[in-house]
Amino acid sequence: QYFLLVNQFSIQAATVPKIPAALNRGLMDPGMTECQYSQISTVASSPMESQLGKKIPKRKWQTFPGRNKFYCNGRIMMGRQTGVFYLTLVLIVVTSGLFFAFDCPFLAYSLSPAIPAIGAFLFLFVMGMLLRASFSDPGVLPRATPDEAAHLEYGINSPGSGGCRSPPRTQEVVINGQTVKLKYCFTCKIFRPPRASHCSLCDNCVERFDHHCPWVGNCVGKRNYRYFYLFILSLSFLTIFIFAFVITHIVLRSNQTGFLSALKDSPLLNHSDTVLEVVVCFFSMWSIVGLSGFHTYLIGSNQTTNEDIKGLWSSKRGKGNYNPYSYSSVITNCCAALCGPLPPSLIDRRGFIQPDTPQTLCFGNSLVSLRADCDEADDLLFFFFLLHPSLLPVSLASWPFSHDSCLPLCVPHSRSCSHLSTPSALVLESSL
Amino acid sequence: MIHILHRFFFPFLQTHSLQDLRQQAPVAAKVFVQRDYTSGTICQFQTKFPAALETRIDKQQFEDTIRKLNSLYAEAEKLGGRSYLEGCLACLTAYTIFLCMETHYEKVLKKIANYIQDQNDKIYAPRGLLLIDPIERGLRVVEITVFEDRSTGPGR
Repeated sequence: QYFLLVNQFSIQAATVPKIPAALNRGLMDPGMTECQYSQISTVASSPMESQLGKKIPKRKWQTFPGRNKFYCNGRIMMGRQTGVFYLTLVLIVVTSGLFFAFDCPFLAYSLSPAIPAIGAFLFLFVMGMLLRASFSDPGVLPRATPDEAAHLEYGINSPGSGGCRSPPRTQEVVINGQTVKLKYCFTCKIFRPPRASHCSLCDNCVERFDHHCPWVGNCVGKRNYRYFYLFILSLSFLTIFIFAFVITHIVLRSNQTGFLSALKDSPLLNHSDTVLEVVVCFFSMWSIVGLSGFHTYLIGSNQTTNEDIKGLWSSKRGKGNYNPYSYSSVITNCCAALCGPLPPSLIDRRGFIQPDTPQTLCFGNSLVSLRADCDEADDLLFFFFLLHPSLLPVSLASWPFSHDSCLPLCVPHSRSCSHLSTPSALVLESSL
Repeated sequence: MIHILHRFFFPFLQTHSLQDLRQQAPVAAKVFVQRDYTSGTICQFQTKFPAALETRIDKQQFEDTIRKLNSLYAEAEKLGGRSYLEGCLACLTAYTIFLCMETHYEKVLKKIANYIQDQNDKIYAPRGLLLIDPIERGLRVVEITVFEDRSTGPGR
């Protein structure tokens, strides 16, 4: 058995096993009054890891400065407001469940057993893509370390400036012949890479930021855009599939028994499930199919929702204005977006915090700079709700929500500096 | 003794052992090599030689290191038959295939980590410098820690 000196970590006294007194005295350095020892076995590596998991200091997700929720000990990452995500889950599961329970037996018998099989495959694919889009890191950029931030603030880029001055708000760079402005993010203390944007709901800079989707409960960015797109595409197919076959079911049954009696035969209560399926599918079909079409256009032209609503690359801005990120052909754009290499997560949620690594500090933000982030998020949210005309009553009801989410940001200092002492991310540890 | 125990029980921390020992030497400065966005959003770093390193290392060696890093990142993000095949296969298996195998990008990141370790041992540590892997800084910068001239040896 071996003993590990872990005096720099805080250890629960209850978990420290009893150590022979003689050994304890011999090893204990009088200068280190807070030594604790943990007994570890070298036989199996996994118990060692789990034991250390309790004693070693926190994982990085526990002190993550953004407003995200983490589950399963950092494996799952979502945005802060997840209520609408649960609504999405319920709608999909209940509608599909009703379809499989009440329509599939009849259709399998009278038409073909392939129908429930295809339906099941579509349903599983939709759920898989939804969970993948919701739970993965969208491409969050970690905040600058204090040294990096100081390096930018002292303006080392321009020699001879000397002394302290705040960094310029924009930097210009020429990409494939187009001049692109890189903005400085006052929250993350970095110059945002091209196509990155700061999400005020999650309080993170996200690479290739598309939009923040409440239905998915997460931002849509570089790392999860393909899952989001496949989710809405497969959901369009599933919705049309269910709608078509429910109608087919009603038609076939009415051919057998007569249309009105098909509905009147049993009380309407018995057919409420059919009515529910038709209503849900009919209303969601238009917005989801429309959204899929819109994102297919975006993928083909290699733009993000953010860039499209701002009209950054439209020819109306001026002659010679083109998209510098677009590849030569539509096919290449599609392949790059959907089948390109999967970039890794930059935030290393499950890594352990080393005592010597620089921790990102929270800085007090000025009122003026925060308003700039607020305006951007407002545009995005407005656009999102615009895309869902069938959900307009819902969107109007939740419109104040977007402003409320902005308001806390506009309070300087006190709120943002609470990150280190009490992590703003809600933490739920599952038993593993 | 703490470091020896650490390295015995935590072999995965070995990449930090050089850094741990270097912590003994005082840090004179930190140099940050920023990203180069002129080719778009792919990960490339500027090859401009920082003034703070003029007295420490040869310009050509520094540029060679950065160029090699750039080529490795370009290899990770390359669009080609291999990446499309991986993407399609992953899509067909509903991305469950990544539970058993690592992505091409992750494999190249390991290669990059080994390369940086190698460069530190052979070129940078003897000159009192330390390269930090850009992935630890969110692929924003290549951080080079400049130690004071008195610190000696590659130290293992």
